[in-house]
Amino acid sequence: MKIVYFSWLKEILGISEENVRPPKNIKNIKDLIKWLGTKSIKHRKVFLKSKNIRCSVNHQIVDKNNKIKNNDEIAFFPPFTGG
Amino acid sequence: MIKVQKQRINVSEQNRNLLKKRIGAVVNFIGVARPLNNSGKIKYIEIEHYPKMTEKKIKEIEIFAIKKWKLNHCIIIHRYGKIKPGENIVYVGTAAQHRNNAFKACEFIIDYLKVKAPFWKIEQQNNKKTYVKSKKKDEKKIKVNY
Repeated sequence: MKIVYFSWLKEILGISEENVRPPKNIKNIKDLIKWLGTKSIKHRKVFLKSKNIRCSVNHQIVDKNNKIKNNDEIAFFPPFTGG
Repeated sequence: MIKVQKQRINVSEQNRNLLKKRIGAVVNFIGVARPLNNSGKIKYIEIEHYPKMTEKKIKEIEIFAIKKWKLNHCIIIHRYGKIKPGENIVYVGTAAQHRNNAFKACEFIIDYLKVKAPFWKIEQQNNKKTYVKSKKKDEKKIKVNY
């Protein structure tokens, strides 16, 4: 599973993407956030603020109950600020 | 027509493209980088985007606007990368038979771009970098108006 990070999430983590293999009990975005938050101190710092984080699965915005699969590209980012 | 690009937007060229359509009303909006924020002078802004998703989202916005306001032509260009104060950031141009549709579509597109297209802004000052926060009023405006 490919995880992509943008904006301040990317800066705190020091990486723009990573490949992960979550355990089988990780079924949706909510589970994934909890699990990613245990990966490192930096991950914890990012995912503690998960209320301010939006996500997409395969380039579609989804909510945190959305189910996930092993070959998905999942992105985490703050609300958009373009225009 | 949509474009996501690093270089400055040639506004006159895009206006000419809309005028070529020889239609009743042409409206454009140009977003410009501000020189100041609440804590002082801005050196430059930096816009990041999610390349695999950006054009797809803008295309959805364009298709919706063309259909709803019967546009004859629509141009949406958004920049990314480093942008200095005074430079353009985004261009939205709409052409329709009547001004009402051209105005409404243009406003809708820029409102939607702000909250639905995957861009993120950083304001760089001399010793400070600020991640621009989204504004609740922008999200509210979309819910109320469209």
